[in-house]
Amino acid sequence: MPDTLPPDSVGLVTPQTAHFDTPLALAGGKTLSDYTLVYETYGTLNAERNNAVLICHALSGHHHAAGFHSMEDRKPGWWDAYIGPGKAIDTDRFFVVSLNNLGGCHGSTGPASTNPETQRAWGPAFPVLTVADWVHSQARLADRLGIERFAAVVGGSLGGMQVLQWTMAYPERIANAVVIAATPRLSAQNIAFNEVARQAIRSDPDFHDGWYEEHGTVPKRGLKLARMIGHITYLSEHSMGAKFGRDLRTDQLNFGYDVEFQVESYLRHQGDTFSTSFDANTYLLMTKALDYFDPAALHGGDLAKALAPAQCPFLVVSFTTDWRFAPPRSRELVDALMRADKTVSYASIDSPHGHDAFLLPHPRYEAVFGGFMRRAARDLQLEETT
Amino acid sequence: MRADLKLIHDWVPQGARVLDLGCGDGKLLAALARDKQVVGYGLEIDPDGITACIERGVSVIEQDIDDGLSNVEDDAYDLVIMTQALQALQRPDRTLDEMLRVGRECIIAFPNFAYWRHRLYLGIQGRMPVSKSLPHAWYDTPNIHLSTFRDFGQLCRDKGLTIVDQRVGNGDHEPHWSSRLWPNLCGETAIFRITRASR
Repeated sequence: MPDTLPPDSVGLVTPQTAHFDTPLALAGGKTLSDYTLVYETYGTLNAERNNAVLICHALSGHHHAAGFHSMEDRKPGWWDAYIGPGKAIDTDRFFVVSLNNLGGCHGSTGPASTNPETQRAWGPAFPVLTVADWVHSQARLADRLGIERFAAVVGGSLGGMQVLQWTMAYPERIANAVVIAATPRLSAQNIAFNEVARQAIRSDPDFHDGWYEEHGTVPKRGLKLARMIGHITYLSEHSMGAKFGRDLRTDQLNFGYDVEFQVESYLRHQGDTFSTSFDANTYLLMTKALDYFDPAALHGGDLAKALAPAQCPFLVVSFTTDWRFAPPRSRELVDALMRADKTVSYASIDSPHGHDAFLLPHPRYEAVFGGFMRRAARDLQLEETT
Repeated sequence: MRADLKLIHDWVPQGARVLDLGCGDGKLLAALARDKQVVGYGLEIDPDGITACIERGVSVIEQDIDDGLSNVEDDAYDLVIMTQALQALQRPDRTLDEMLRVGRECIIAFPNFAYWRHRLYLGIQGRMPVSKSLPHAWYDTPNIHLSTFRDFGQLCRDKGLTIVDQRVGNGDHEPHWSSRLWPNLCGETAIFRITRASR
């Protein structure tokens, strides 16, 4: 982190917490009697309270989407490229709310939290959540913040699924929807990747059926493997090739099984970092929420019918080299929205970075995303708040 | 507004469901939404056009018309419009079939290659025409299927399509009386309004 904050940064931010005592009935049949959500806000909520934008995070995301927690931070929040003064989500106009989803491991109630009934950590007993449950809890956070209707709900990947759910579950509470690098449902291949990740975790001897905390262990090897396979699917063959090629760490082959290629070293490093910072039960829960999401299934497989309640304009964005949530998956959504007569625009951004592209700076992505948000601000007659 | 777009604007019925193939910056769709409560989508592949549409609040889908319209159901639209894109298509005849599959009626505008200025270029100078409606050199033009007002009428008749109306436009000006008399010679832009073959 440099000595001064970049001028287009939201600056130093502090996470806040909101506690909820009203029980939350979950799609799986269970109920959470009370829970805490941790969130950050950027920008200023205007007097009309109509300039709020909700950010929905992806599998391993959290509430820290933009800015810095301290001057010592090496990196800003995970979506800093698109949230800030003058950026696509312009915090001079919009008030941004970014939360850690229920079941997460960054401060919101999740498997590592204490189960009020047993006074032990929830562990694997924490209820499996769905995208609908998350959106329900997000709506309660909106109530708490006095936001009747979001100017936009925005998300990439798993976050995009939450945006879709918002348009169907609370159509009157969302003025615009931005669905990036997402899909209306996972393909068999996607579920397969998730299952490999889950098996990696569950077969780690340190996992103890999810009760690792009580055993004083961390299923690091499993988490590491899960992250490694995940990471491969988030990059494209091209971007991996460009980044690592067949480069070796030393100048010769060693005819052994230690790290030899740079790509091995990179993946192991990614896996190691992740395995000490992410909770295994949360990872399992998040992948399940991904797998379960399928709004069309409730309407005989007809996605257009499922989307019928939606009222707001949509922006759908995909990336050409994303093979995890490939452009045809976004097209599926766009075609259904067109069949359902919804207002929708779609752009397929030419990027070499695979699924990760949705997090990275890109001029055309910025133009499309920013253009949609500027139009949204104009339609809502939002003035600058700073 | 460009003369051909103004004419099309007048032809579009109130509240129609419209698909605009190659919608550019979305000006026509925006005007139709404003003046005629038209709902619909534009298809475009030009990044700047797509961004302009999005900023304008026009629904635009990044889709290459040459890939077909298989994602669109039969009779999904009242009207399918295509301006200044026909001549750049791989197979204009097949796209025409697709347009009339997804919409009951089509409006198509394209540069008339038989316009007298184009003829002068080719006939007198012996060079490929370059004009306001055909601004590219022969080697970098996206216009690979140039045709004339008369050619397109013939294609419609060959396909047994019904020509509801056919006009020519001249740049930004009101059409001159001469282009009514000799449209194939005096019209810079050809504009056709067609429907499916009557059984």
